Amino acid sequence: MTLTQLRQQFLSGETTPTQALENLAAAIAERDERTKAYISYDLEAALKAAADADLSKPLGGLPIAIKDNINTFAEPCTCGSKFLAKNYISPYDATVIRKLKEAGAIPFGRMNMDEFAMGSATENSAIQLTRNPRDPERIAGGSSGGSAAAVADLTAYAALGSDTGGSIRQPASHCGIVGLKPTYGRVSRYGVVAFASSLDQIGPLTQSVDDAALLLQTIAGYDPRDSTSVNIPVPDYLATLKDGVKGLRVGIPAEYFADGIHPGVRENVEKCIQHLESQGVEIIKISLPYTSHVVATYYVIAPAEASSNLSRFDGIRYGNRATGASDIIDVYHQSREQGFGPEVKRRIILGTYVLSSGYYDAYYTRAQKVRKLIARDFNQAFEKVDVILSPVTPSPARRIGTCSENPLEDYLADVFTIAANLAGIPAISVPCGTTAFDGAAELPVGIQVMAPSFGEATMLRVAKAIESRKY
Amino acid sequence: MSHPHIDVSYVAKLARLDLTPAEVVTFQSQLEAILEHVESLSSVELPNDLGLDNHDHLGLMRDDTPLPSLDPELVLRNAPDQAQSQIRVPKVVADA
Repeated sequence: MTLTQLRQQFLSGETTPTQALENLAAAIAERDERTKAYISYDLEAALKAAADADLSKPLGGLPIAIKDNINTFAEPCTCGSKFLAKNYISPYDATVIRKLKEAGAIPFGRMNMDEFAMGSATENSAIQLTRNPRDPERIAGGSSGGSAAAVADLTAYAALGSDTGGSIRQPASHCGIVGLKPTYGRVSRYGVVAFASSLDQIGPLTQSVDDAALLLQTIAGYDPRDSTSVNIPVPDYLATLKDGVKGLRVGIPAEYFADGIHPGVRENVEKCIQHLESQGVEIIKISLPYTSHVVATYYVIAPAEASSNLSRFDGIRYGNRATGASDIIDVYHQSREQGFGPEVKRRIILGTYVLSSGYYDAYYTRAQKVRKLIARDFNQAFEKVDVILSPVTPSPARRIGTCSENPLEDYLADVFTIAANLAGIPAISVPCGTTAFDGAAELPVGIQVMAPSFGEATMLRVAKAIESRKY
Repeated sequence: MSHPHIDVSYVAKLARLDLTPAEVVTFQSQLEAILEHVESLSSVELPNDLGLDNHDHLGLMRDDTPLPSLDPELVLRNAPDQAQSQIRVPKVVADA
């Protein structure tokens, strides 16, 4: 059941927020042992909120699962890390949580994730491994793997995640649900634990495009607590969803349909493009020539920012503090050694290296300049088209435990999602079919719609048209 | 960027991060492979008119006026060690 349907049932009296939560708790008890999407949840507190729910509010009584890197007052916030797993309780609400609560929603559940959002499979969580509910031998994707798996497994009606290089869209694609990364600055980052501050955005993972629009409507908007949040009015996304797609110009970038895409992914995406054409859009071939540099650019900028952001985890103010250290410097070294997993350490070292004296200009400054060229690619393309379509990932979900010993190979699989973060533009992943892959008969395939900055309304219209296709 | 060599132990020290000998060995080859890929950026021809800021309209500062902050008591509860409304840390200043 979608959020929108559940809200209708609340308003008609068919069910109540308390009943909905009890149903969720039963579903979690039945299925989460297998999927392991939830790190924790506080049913008692949620039931108390449900009893007081104000159904006149836009999200009155609706439970929303929260990725475990978004601070919610009086709840844990582990970031999927040993560093925060035992002894951190959020002393405040992130702005998105405050907005959800003001709209009547009930934040319910802390969702598993790759440690500090670094990963694409939720295999880097120090807490547990999340499995894909469509096939438990497969990864759920990541880093918002818990959020995506729960929504797909119907143990959550909807969830929030964060997306730094595809961490909402890629797990949404692998699990067969909708995942939306807003424009950089559209949604406040206040209260999300920072990974790469110039790339991070919070967004919804939902069962439908309508639900994505509903949640984006709630969490979007200017926030003086986030200096990168932008003071531009939030359109009525739900109202404009009804406008259809006739006459829109849809760009198909050659670089996103090159060799290396699984044939089942290509076939489903191409059928989707034909469906949109039948709805009256104009298909235009375009080029994004700097696509071949997005992974290299990202893996300089993101680790650089991560190495700086994660310096706050030093064992002093919160989280793990090593015992038996000889002095304060030793506390830093040992607390971080004990608290961080291998992927986080790898990225901290890479980021420290590219920012270090003698290498800063060669790596970091150059990557920032190439980032500008990548953004220009999109700006020039959006002079000709209204949205751009691509696959979300080159292949469906891989088997658990088959990641390469060379992390670069896994990083390269992020090639289609990273560019939207570098350019700061919005992008959404929408289910567009299933395909056989590596021994599995039917795995979900997602299509990505990218739009110019603050073009979420048009992007959602196209997503809605894609959703209407039967497959 | 012609020689992708990284002294992992040294950089880890800069990052205030202890590593096991096994981690140093593993990271060495992994990070050099990543840096080798990153070196492709050196071949990108850069126009002269590029600024650095990707978000020219962002980064505005709010007015410099006091606003309510986090509750110190709640914040201190997260500290691994605290006393007298302060975070307690190991000795910072060395003996003379």
